[in-house]
Amino acid sequence: MRVASSITVHAPADQVWEFVSDPERVLSFMSGVTRWEVEGDQREGLGARYRILFRIGAAEIGGLVEVVEWEEPFELAWTSVLGIDQRGRWRLRELPGGRTRVELRMAYGVAGSGLLGWIAERVAAPSVVSHLRRSLAQLRRMIEHEQLRAQAAARRAARAA
Amino acid sequence: MASTRTARPPSSNGRVHSELPAAESQATRSVLTRLAGGIASQLQRRLPRADLDERDPDYIREQLPLMWMLASLWFRGEVRGLGNIPDSGPVLLVGNHSGGNMTPDTILFTLAFSTFFGVERRFYQLAHNLVLAMPWLAPLRKFGTVAASPSNASDALDSGAALLVYPGGDYEVHRPTWLSGKVDFAGRKGFIRLALEKNVPIVPVVSVGGQETALFLTRGEGLARALWLDRIFRLKVLPISLALPWGLNVGDMLGHIPLPAKLTVEALPAIDLREEFGQNPDVDEIYDHLIRLMQETLDALASERRLPLLG
Repeated sequence: MRVASSITVHAPADQVWEFVSDPERVLSFMSGVTRWEVEGDQREGLGARYRILFRIGAAEIGGLVEVVEWEEPFELAWTSVLGIDQRGRWRLRELPGGRTRVELRMAYGVAGSGLLGWIAERVAAPSVVSHLRRSLAQLRRMIEHEQLRAQAAARRAARAA
Repeated sequence: MASTRTARPPSSNGRVHSELPAAESQATRSVLTRLAGGIASQLQRRLPRADLDERDPDYIREQLPLMWMLASLWFRGEVRGLGNIPDSGPVLLVGNHSGGNMTPDTILFTLAFSTFFGVERRFYQLAHNLVLAMPWLAPLRKFGTVAASPSNASDALDSGAALLVYPGGDYEVHRPTWLSGKVDFAGRKGFIRLALEKNVPIVPVVSVGGQETALFLTRGEGLARALWLDRIFRLKVLPISLALPWGLNVGDMLGHIPLPAKLTVEALPAIDLREEFGQNPDVDEIYDHLIRLMQETLDALASERRLPLLG
């Protein structure tokens, strides 16, 4: 099952990338995520591994994932190594006016689970989509708020000078 | 013991006739006892031995969607505190048991454990021999359910697995619904000796809601004794409940359709027995501590519930 959600953020792609690629910041804006831990020595980049869990219904679901695409600041994709089958992707595209279109995609399922798996994926879809939307809304709020604070700090500095 | 009893030889003191009925009764009891013992040993021999290697991670993984739907939609399950379970290594998970033979709390906890740690982490559950003997429950073996025996428990922990035990067993799982708020291990302390022997931490796992999945009326201990179920099947109870689809459900051998009661399970912080109770800890003291701890948690979980079933 594949679900996706997108949003436009009033900030350049570089700034959005700083948030979505930083494993320490993910927990602050990703809805439903209960764990996003770095596994191993590599913190980010191609081949970095994270143990991630989402609370969906009665269980925290996820597993070990590995970053398989890292094209700064436009594409970041991961795929599962252990746990349920999943693929995720951050897709950032620059828009005129210093804005960025941010898309978050998730594909998930359990290979071999048959009809019941197919049904369960669809039953879970509204919760997953809701988490994606909330995550993007929180991401935009954080980035734009940070940007406002940075601009205010710059104005204060200019006045002081 | 009982099988060594024999009828006294008739004496010639004139009391022969008056003692005959008692002697016959004793002889009959002796024969029946031997018969029960024979049946029990035959049954034990015929019970397929649970092998730790029967656990099948791929099978568990394929069943996760069904378990997830059951736990999320039917039981609106909630599992807390899984982070309290050590990330690796052997650990003894000690739970209070509810819900009759359908044990919905085990379904929920197995799902939560398997998705949290991954099906790759070895996880076994001890169950009554009879549960494993029922042909329609054979798939349980693939989930890692093994017969509750000291050797199986020992092997499981030696393999580095997490082991879930319900010390209260059949006694606790069939307690009347109005005792659902009570943790009752019936004084069974073998699990503590096991944890000390293997030097593994204990994680108490407390669940609430399971005893609302049917109206459990009585354990039927007297009935079980009268029918010699304790001697033949090691069954201390013959529970009577009102449950779907049977109505009056005696024994719960065929299971039942559990009512959709909201289930909540909480894993408490791990307890290192020697660290907390000294190098030569007192088993009774640990038992009392665990029961008190789990009872307080159960009380807290129960206090969150406003209505039966709905939670």
